Amino acid sequence: MTTPYRRKRYWNEPRMGWYERAYIFEVLRGLMITGRVFLKNLGTFMLGRRGALTTYYPEEQRPDYARHNRGRHVLVQRADGKPQCVACNLCATVCPAKVIEIESACDLSDAAHPKYPARFAIDYSRCIFCGLCVEACPEDAIRMQPETPHFPGPDRTTMWSHREDLLSWQPARDAAKPYPPAGEEEAR
Amino acid sequence: MIQDLVITLVYIGYAMGMLLTFGAILTWVERKQAALMSDRIGANRAYVRLPFTEVKIVWMGLFHGMADGLKLLLKEDFRPNTFDRFAYNLAVWLAFVPVLLVFAVVPFGGTLDPGQLIPPLAGWFEGRTYSMQIAPIDAGLLVVFAFAGISIIGAMLAGWASDNKFSLLGALRAGSQLLSYEVVLALTVLGLILIYGHVDLRAIVEWQSGTVLGFLPAWGIVVQPFAAILFLTASIAENKRMPFDLPDAESELITGYITEYSAMQQGMFMLGEFIEIAIIGALFTTLFLGGYNLPWLTDAGFLLPGGELIALPHALVVVLQLLTFLAKMALVCSFQILVRWSLPRFRWDQLLRFAWTWLLPLALLNLAVTALAVWAIG
Repeated sequence: MTTPYRRKRYWNEPRMGWYERAYIFEVLRGLMITGRVFLKNLGTFMLGRRGALTTYYPEEQRPDYARHNRGRHVLVQRADGKPQCVACNLCATVCPAKVIEIESACDLSDAAHPKYPARFAIDYSRCIFCGLCVEACPEDAIRMQPETPHFPGPDRTTMWSHREDLLSWQPARDAAKPYPPAGEEEAR
Repeated sequence: MIQDLVITLVYIGYAMGMLLTFGAILTWVERKQAALMSDRIGANRAYVRLPFTEVKIVWMGLFHGMADGLKLLLKEDFRPNTFDRFAYNLAVWLAFVPVLLVFAVVPFGGTLDPGQLIPPLAGWFEGRTYSMQIAPIDAGLLVVFAFAGISIIGAMLAGWASDNKFSLLGALRAGSQLLSYEVVLALTVLGLILIYGHVDLRAIVEWQSGTVLGFLPAWGIVVQPFAAILFLTASIAENKRMPFDLPDAESELITGYITEYSAMQQGMFMLGEFIEIAIIGALFTTLFLGGYNLPWLTDAGFLLPGGELIALPHALVVVLQLLTFLAKMALVCSFQILVRWSLPRFRWDQLLRFAWTWLLPLALLNLAVTALAVWAIG
């Protein structure tokens, strides 16, 4: 024994009068709306103005990214211009898209900071801009800026950002951390 | 005799070139109009680079159609292992060719006097005049319906020979939909035939060059406004476009009976659909918008209501008539695209109910009222 099918009654059943049921009037109303938008945009288009909010991406970039937008990466520099990064590989480890490649090197002449990245590359064709690398960094050596990395191209091999590009960030304030950090000499 | 052949070949060249160009341009118009209707810019990236320079010609994305065509031509032509390879290949042509053939009987201009147009050839043409129409047949409208009916066979054959359940379902839908709306279409046009008294498309257009009530042009849309709406609705359904695109409903049937076709064979189906938009535009123009007629324009020049004649040279009249026809056609095409990007798709039962319980009775009613009116007026 199966229960006979009973159509479910909804609390907001659509109520249509003869006007809506005739369909043609509502069709005409819809066509008026879309036609009006079409003619309006055609007019702006003919006058040479842009009717849409679209940005032609590679040629144009929007200036109004939010301050906390996660865009391209930068490597923080020390006062002497060397990267703050100690090549610990934490960012490369945490990266879910596995886009960061680091080759570490040793500079014994810089006693306080001997390990540094000889190569630091990010593949923007795969980066998902999650910001986990920034969170993982114990040295605050990698940050993200609001702008897009701007690597449009026909080929994914051209979408790599290397150490030189990443070290391009030279802000007037804040960036160059005092090194060695203030007060550390006395502690030592 | 050879003169007639030359003129007919010129007409065929014009018609083929015009229709294929219309089909190609309509892909661009569809994209751009859809974009403008929804506050977007639309496809504008394809370009042609001038050789040896860095100058890229974009022309508002006009080359996207060319890029599409090139892609379809160069793609792998995948064919399913069907039981009926012949029917599978034949279906494309059965869907594509009748669409072009319909245009053979549509008059796209007034009377052409080649001797007057090209004076050096006046002696050769011996003063013959030709109506601008590939095949001046007095059974015009019947030929239109005969050829339009063939494309149903194309759709059915494609679905059956593809050996795919989606194709078969699409073909079944196409068959029942096209047959249902063909009935409506024919009944709608019967009312027109009652008024015009002809099935010859040229005679129909000439009838519409007069005026009603003294000032209105006697276009079909003025004397039969109701039939115009029914005709446009039914012919959009015949073309299987948006509110009625059940045969190739992408979300349900992949692309219906086109599913198993790839590369240029699929491109032919698509191009056929776009050319059919132009054909519907041409038929609607011929039957309801006065064809190549501008108000008060005759073969001699503008005949103003006061009886004043502004004489125009023959070449100018011919060009004006051709351009008028093309402009009206383009307007109807644009309206069809507006409809396609505005209305949601019917459900399958709603589609058939709409045809049989709404459009068919309305068409019959229109026919009855027209018959009564024609009988009463005399």
